[in-house]
Amino acid sequence: MRGIIASGAYIPHRRLDRAEITALFGKGGGRGTRSVAGFDEDTTTMGAEAARNALRDAGDVSVDSLWFATSTPAYLEKTNAAAIHAALRLDPSVGALDLGGALRSGIGTVRTALQGGGTTLVVCSDVRDGMATSADEASGGDGAAALLIGDESAGPVIAEYVGAGIATDEFLERWRVPGAARSRVWEERFGEVTYAPLMKAAFDAALADAGIEADAIDHLAVAGLHARAIKRGGKAFGAATEHLVDDLSATVGNTGTAHPALLLAATLEQAEPGQTIAVAMLADGVEVVILRTTDAIANYSPSAPVSAQAASGAPIDYGKFLSWRGMVAVEPPNRPPPQRTSASAAYRRNDWKFAFVGTRDRSSGMLHMPPARVSQKGGAVDDMEPVPMADTVGTIASFTIDKLVYSPSPPVVFAVVDFDGGGRAPLELTDVDPDEVEIGGRVEPTFRRLSTSDEIHNYFWKVRPVRGES
Amino acid sequence: MGSHGIKDQVAIIGMGCTPFLEHWDKSLDDLIIDAAQSTYASAGVAQEDVDAFWFGTSQSAASGLAMGGPLKIQGKPVTRVENYCATGSEAMRNAAYAVASGAYDVVMALGAEKVKDGGYQGLNAFPIPTDGTQRTLTAAAMFSLILPSYSQKYGVDRDELRYTVAKIAEKNHYNGARNPLAQFRRETSAEQICQMAAVAGELSVFDCAGVADGAAAVIMCRAEDAHKYCPNPLYIKALSFVAGTGAGSLDPDYDYTSLLESKWAAEDAYAQAGVTDPKSEIAMAEVHDCFTPTELVLMEDLGFSDPGAAWQDVLDGAFALDGRLPVNTDGGLKSFGHPVGASGLRMLYEVWLQLRGEAPEDRRIPETDRNLGLTHNLGGYPGEMVSFVGIYGPELG
Repeated sequence: MRGIIASGAYIPHRRLDRAEITALFGKGGGRGTRSVAGFDEDTTTMGAEAARNALRDAGDVSVDSLWFATSTPAYLEKTNAAAIHAALRLDPSVGALDLGGALRSGIGTVRTALQGGGTTLVVCSDVRDGMATSADEASGGDGAAALLIGDESAGPVIAEYVGAGIATDEFLERWRVPGAARSRVWEERFGEVTYAPLMKAAFDAALADAGIEADAIDHLAVAGLHARAIKRGGKAFGAATEHLVDDLSATVGNTGTAHPALLLAATLEQAEPGQTIAVAMLADGVEVVILRTTDAIANYSPSAPVSAQAASGAPIDYGKFLSWRGMVAVEPPNRPPPQRTSASAAYRRNDWKFAFVGTRDRSSGMLHMPPARVSQKGGAVDDMEPVPMADTVGTIASFTIDKLVYSPSPPVVFAVVDFDGGGRAPLELTDVDPDEVEIGGRVEPTFRRLSTSDEIHNYFWKVRPVRGES
Repeated sequence: MGSHGIKDQVAIIGMGCTPFLEHWDKSLDDLIIDAAQSTYASAGVAQEDVDAFWFGTSQSAASGLAMGGPLKIQGKPVTRVENYCATGSEAMRNAAYAVASGAYDVVMALGAEKVKDGGYQGLNAFPIPTDGTQRTLTAAAMFSLILPSYSQKYGVDRDELRYTVAKIAEKNHYNGARNPLAQFRRETSAEQICQMAAVAGELSVFDCAGVADGAAAVIMCRAEDAHKYCPNPLYIKALSFVAGTGAGSLDPDYDYTSLLESKWAAEDAYAQAGVTDPKSEIAMAEVHDCFTPTELVLMEDLGFSDPGAAWQDVLDGAFALDGRLPVNTDGGLKSFGHPVGASGLRMLYEVWLQLRGEAPEDRRIPETDRNLGLTHNLGGYPGEMVSFVGIYGPELG
């Protein structure tokens, strides 16, 4: 049996109320909210967070490959999956592959992993942009999802792969040239009419491949950027509309490349054993993947469910959203911007920088963050063992709000964090409002992009409040 | 092994200090020349009489050439010294040790910094290639960490503590208003400061040292030679310097209510000088009030207040001009601004004036039986700093 062993999702903390767009410009917007990646987030960091959630829930599963799909990569040419690989502290023998550019690469990566061999961690992530007041701006959403795909020999399969169907066609519906911040679309009716037969063809092919009828589908998730074509949803696919899963458009928005995997992760949280799930993506044709949940799903409860993440979050002003997206340039503090990161210095400390690994002095037991060769206590030299800290919760020992320092989004909220079980590090807080910070507050590490200088992204860890902990 | 100090071996025979200002019209060279010339005049020596030079600057220039060039020092050693914001004191310490060693008869230490040519607000660290994981807060934010910690540890109400540190700024502005060399010469009340917007933690701009260009210098010789140059020299009683391990950023035992490196430097300096009770033996002190909470905890680390009692002593006026132990009688970093390489020597300049009775009447310390002055200079941040303490007196023994 081959299928999904675990899923993980990441929906960023901030939500833009679409009504704010209309309030400012008198047009655009709409009802509901969309998720907004923090100024310190990109598809790589969101992907890393989703992957961490998936691996945490999977237990002790050995990964063979990491495949990363996005239409908004942080880097071209350089492999973004390698940064996620480093953040997850995977073994160097684990492959890291970017599949990107096209919106369709998300579902394609999931399908290819399901049809392939070995244990593959598929990570899909997107940041959705559009011009102010555009439909893409309002309906888009930022987020990531990760699916751990493999044979049951690797771990209990919660949803077995049963078939797929593809209908590829070349037509100009939505496009974006490299370097452009927004995509362009052809006249809507053309896409709607063109997608309709492709949807049916792909769905029929998937049903045939799975050896089932349309009425056997218990959950149908339809993703894609063409709203009118998707609206035909169940009807076009020939499945009952009451089986359509919530597409998260009211809360999260459409996360593009990540959306099929995100909807699948959300569906797996609700599905019962023995149910059939179809996931479709409309992009330059249609791909459909069909899975059937196993008995193992009864015991599966993700630690950070999509439903809970979609329901939580905090608002962001439209003005701040526009500045984060580079749509509005805001006066920065009159301080020097960050220097570029040294490649060689960073490489020497990959374990610390990307995986947040400290070291513990074997003789005194003191934990050092960052790793040290000489112990602060006792002075032992070169007698340290690595201690991964990325999943360790900490407590705020002291904190400050810095309104003077350069930041892409001032002020900087900063804390001295004492981690449970030892270890202290001064770290920036993120996803937080300054007035909710206090000594004794509980925080957890999150992988972020600190800054970008000379087109070099500086990835490191921040902490965010532990929410929902009693 | 041990720290023995050089008590009474080295004398200060001349000092000079430029005004600390936004010197838009002066270059680093100008500041060096102005400080050097006034110091030569003060000591009654010519540049040719000085055998070796130490030049302290943090990031305005590199190497001894930056001092040797403008002053046209020929055929003599010029050593560039850098130790963050304690650079000026560190230059003086090294120069004094060179005299004590017998290597030179007459030495000069000069500290200078051109801060205002950078185009940015505040002080800015020199860029060094790193892995990008170091925190990048302003110094103001780092020192603001003291207040919530101090409040919690000693149970002091946050608003009262905030007012207390504003009183420190009020005091230093009062003193600075009486100093023609100071940048800010207007008195400011604690109440006004408390009403200002916070820029880092609870600190307002007026809880921060100013930013200024400036230079200061000292000429020293062996103690036995002092009266050849100067009828009323000052003698070095102790020089101590401690560099930390960065414990604050990695050791959960550090609680941000003490500047340990300063405490250790003070203990070492008191031992060198034979001071057993600083409260009753130190006549006045110039301390590194880069931010108002710094001066608060320094009063405890230097032994001027008992642990947890400095805030009450501040409110009681213990460190005012007419208090039991006047601190920052020249106005401190608060009024002068902080040209990094010069500040340590600017502090010494005030001790030079006060202990020799040359400070203007309106900021002269009261007559007591105490005759020791102390300078304290630090660089870095709470929990990860370098710290200097020097003690000086007008009498041998």
